[in-house]
Parts: sequence; C-alpha cells; structure tokens
Amino acid sequence: MQHEDVRDFHWYVDKAMASLVFLGGISAIVFIIGIFLFITREGLGFITDGLDLREFFFDPAWRPTSDSNPTYGAFALIAGTASITGLAVLLSIPFSIGAAIYIAEFAQGRTREILKILIELLAAIPSVVWGFIGLSIMNPLIIDMFDVPVGLNILNAGVILALMAAPIMTTIAEDALKAVPDRYREAAEALGATRWQVTLKVVLPAAKHGLMAAVLLGVGRGFGETMAVLMASGHSINVPDSIFDSVRALTATIAAELGETAVGSEHYQALFTLGILLFAVTFIINLTADLVMRGIKRS
Amino acid sequence: MSTQNLLLSLAAMSMLAGSACGRGSSGRTVIQNKGSDTLVNVAQAWAEEYAKVDPNTVIAVTGGGSGTGISAMINGTVDIANSSRKMKDEEIALAKKNGVDPVEHIVGYDALAVFVHKDNPLRELTIAQLASIYGEGGGVDKWSDLGITVPGCSSDEIVLVSRQNNSGTYAYFRSAVLGKEVEYKLGSRDMHGSKDVVDLVEKTPCAIGYSGLAYATDEIVMPCVKKDDAAPCIAPTIATASDESYPIARPLLMYTSGKPSGALEKYLNWVLSDTGQCIMKDKGYAPVNAVSCG
Repeated sequence: MQHEDVRDFHWYVDKAMASLVFLGGISAIVFIIGIFLFITREGLGFITDGLDLREFFFDPAWRPTSDSNPTYGAFALIAGTASITGLAVLLSIPFSIGAAIYIAEFAQGRTREILKILIELLAAIPSVVWGFIGLSIMNPLIIDMFDVPVGLNILNAGVILALMAAPIMTTIAEDALKAVPDRYREAAEALGATRWQVTLKVVLPAAKHGLMAAVLLGVGRGFGETMAVLMASGHSINVPDSIFDSVRALTATIAAELGETAVGSEHYQALFTLGILLFAVTFIINLTADLVMRGIKRS
Repeated sequence: MSTQNLLLSLAAMSMLAGSACGRGSSGRTVIQNKGSDTLVNVAQAWAEEYAKVDPNTVIAVTGGGSGTGISAMINGTVDIANSSRKMKDEEIALAKKNGVDPVEHIVGYDALAVFVHKDNPLRELTIAQLASIYGEGGGVDKWSDLGITVPGCSSDEIVLVSRQNNSGTYAYFRSAVLGKEVEYKLGSRDMHGSKDVVDLVEKTPCAIGYSGLAYATDEIVMPCVKKDDAAPCIAPTIATASDESYPIARPLLMYTSGKPSGALEKYLNWVLSDTGQCIMKDKGYAPVNAVSCG
C-alpha cells in the first residue's frame, strides 16, 4: 500500500513554526545558563586563588584600588543591600496588599480599571528618574524633617524602592486574590459574613501562598535594582545602625566601578564575584516564589 | 546633507575605523584623540575651533577616562591620549614594548577645589586638616574639631563627599592630600561625577567635598588652602592653578607617541597658542602660561 506524501508547503510551514516556537521556548534557558557561565568564568579566577571568604563576607573594608593593600570586604555592601531591601519591603507590603485587596474585592467598574492602569504606570517610570527624585527632592526633605546631616540614606532609598516594588507586588497579589474561587465568598456570605469578614477570614487565608509569592518577587525586584539605589542611598561604605545612615548596595558598586576597571584585573574579578552573589540570591528568591505559587495550584 | 558631503563623511568614518592619523583620498588628515573625561569638553571645543583654522585636519575626540586613553596609546590606536594623571612606570614600559614611546605635553592645569555649603563659615584649611578629615585614622569627624559651628548642621558631623574609587580625581586627591600609603576613611558618600559632588554639597549643610574648579557654582563656598601652617592661604582660581601656587592643582596632559611632527605638531602648537589656551580658560581650567583673552 502506497502512502501519500503529505509534505506539502503547509506541512513545512507547520514544522518551521513549531521549531521556531521551540527555540523561543528554550532560549530563556540557554540565556540564563550562558549568563551564569559568563559571570562565573569572569569571577572564578578571583574565587579560586585570591578570595579570602572570611574577609569577603565579614570585613566592611572594600578598598579595591588601594595602592598599598587592596582589600575586598563585601560585608558593608551586603548589609547595605539587605537594609534597603528590608525597609522597602516593610513599607511596600501594607500599601501593595491593601491596594490589591481594594482592587480585587471592593472597587467596581471604572474606579477599578483606572486604579489598575495607574498602578501599572508606576512601573513605567524609569529607575534613573526615581534616583533623581531621591537625590534632589527627598534629600533636602529628609534633612529638614528629621534634622539629620544628610538625606541620602536607607530611608530615602527604601521609600524609593518601595514605590518601585509596589506595582509588581500589587499586580501579583491581586491575581492571587482573584484566583480564590467565588464559591468560597458565596458560601461565607450565605453564612451571614460581612464583606470585610469574607475578605479577612476567607479570601486572604485562601490566597496566602500567592501573597507570599508577591512579597518575594517584590524582594527580588528590590535586590536587583541599581540606578535608583546608587543615587538615593548615598553610596557610602558603612555598616548601618539606623535608617538615617548612608549605605552602599552591591548592585550600585558594580555599576559605579566596572566601567573603568581593567578587564581581567583582580578588581574586575572581584566585581564579578559580587555579581555571582547577587545572581545566586535573586535566583533563590525567584525560585522560592515560583515554587510557592506552584504549591497553590497543586493543592 | 548633499551626496558629496555624505561621501566625505563616509570617507572620514572609514578612516576612523582604519589606521590612526591616516591621510585619506580626500587629502584630509584625521587625528585620533581619546581619554580623560576631565579634558573631554575642552578637547571637543578645541577640535571644533581647529576645524576653522585648518580645514584639512579632522580631530576625532572621544572620552572614556584617563585609563581608557592611556591603554589606547599603549595599543597604538590613538594619536593623542588625554589624561588627568601621569602615566605609571609600568604603563610606559608596556607602551615601549609595543613600540610606542609616550611623550608628555602639559596643556593646562586643574585646581582641585574643596567645597562646603554656603552657610558654612569655614574659609581656610591646611593640607594637614584635609588629610585628617578624609584620611583613615585622621580623627577629625566633627565640625567642632575644626573650631567652627555650621548653621543648619545640628549633628555637628562632617558629611564626607568623595568620588568613586577609579576616578582620576579620587586618585590624585589621595596622592596629593593623604599621601600614597594612607587610605580614605570608609563611610564617605562616593559620587559618580564631579557635578554630583557639587549638587550634594549645595543641598547639605554638614557636607564637605572636592572636585575640579570648573564645576564650582555660586551656591557653594571654596575655602582657601594652605600647604602648611606657615604658608599663605591660596584660593583656588585659574591664576593660582596656573602659577602652581595653589597646593592641589594637577597638570592636564596630552600624550603622543614620539615627538609629534606634521599635522600633529601643528595641532599641539595651536593648542598651546593663545587661542587654544583661551578656550581652556573659558572652560574653567588654567592655561599653561598667562594669556590675555578678549
């Protein structure tokens, strides 16, 4: 029995499109592995022979360009990034979760649509503009309000970063609330619960994994932000003991120093080591957020 | 743009891509000039003005920092490297190995001014005081340690403003004020440009910063600087940078490979002429010699 040859033009188009889509699908994986290999290769020489782990993690003295004795302590940089991100998330949680609850549960029709658009617009402001606001508006404001010597500090960078992380947290939190089936709400209402009781006792507990993922993604956003933090934090190597201290972030250090560093030098490799650290932390945060979200879908 | 102009600029561009200082088919000479961001504005102005003086020579100016210019010189890809610091011995050795013999030309001076907020009563400083403000283990952390009270700065803390650690200005300030072996204090606000230093000092009563004189504004005060207690206090001006009486003034340099000749020599002579030096002065830097500009 003879088979009819089905490989006409449409068959080829079909195959071509399928492989194109496949390429698109795996490209993300290829890129992420490529990027990881690249930063590891650039930083590895330093990790294997120069790096004193105790100095790197516990010494605040980051002095890569010293003539007599360069030191590569990243402790102050890690503390700087952690304090700014921590404050930003603390400030952002009540606003973002509040906004998400209002949009998902209470707002109606037009108000809702306008609010959603406005919140997404917040995400469209370039980070250098945020940095500019931190540098020239927030700085004098903080000096006046709190009577501190300088306004470029954790508070300034934290507020800016909270505003930058709010849209992503709100959007994901709202999705999580929307994903709670309506029959939960209907059942609670049938039992005589008020609107607020339904939200607090039924919707929020049911959406808690999604809300957690929203917060984690906000943390990831804050951790990786560079330009605004560079401009608003004061860029000062300092282990902070109050929110009015200037600090320096890991990202900002790389951005400020990489441009004029000789390729392949110890300083260059040390900056890539900071990059590996950043990459590892953001990867873990995003992976955790993803696993938490998958957790809900399965249960 | 007419077709002819387009062809000309294409020819110029292809020459840029090719060997340095080439004579193109159109008879124009292209001089590659690269380096210091401190000098880039002046170099650009010179290039524009020189185009009127000698239309047959095109000066292609790029910035990127002193280090960038010097490594291009070492690799032999530029005719003139601009630098706000001297080439290091190992850089010169490296250049010689590549058959490049760097010759240094001083084209002007830049005074590194110390800036404080306009309400700050500080009017003079010694180098030793500056070193104890900025240097590790220096001990001066409060304005009262200098015997002054700054209005609007109730915490009395000196807010140090500095530059990122790979800037030429940062390196020069360390060698001229702190001494080679001394580190900066940790905890200074390390700004990413001279203009950012001035901006922050303008808005912060407790702050002190340093940068090239060219970046000074009316909103800040520049105290005069004494070499030691016995020396006279010299204000940072174009004149005091020029006669080297101001203690923290640095020469601005152009490096060429070997003694310049031909179009290159003509250009450097013009840069050092009154016309060239007046452009320098106009941009806020000090000329090599006293000039009278119209």
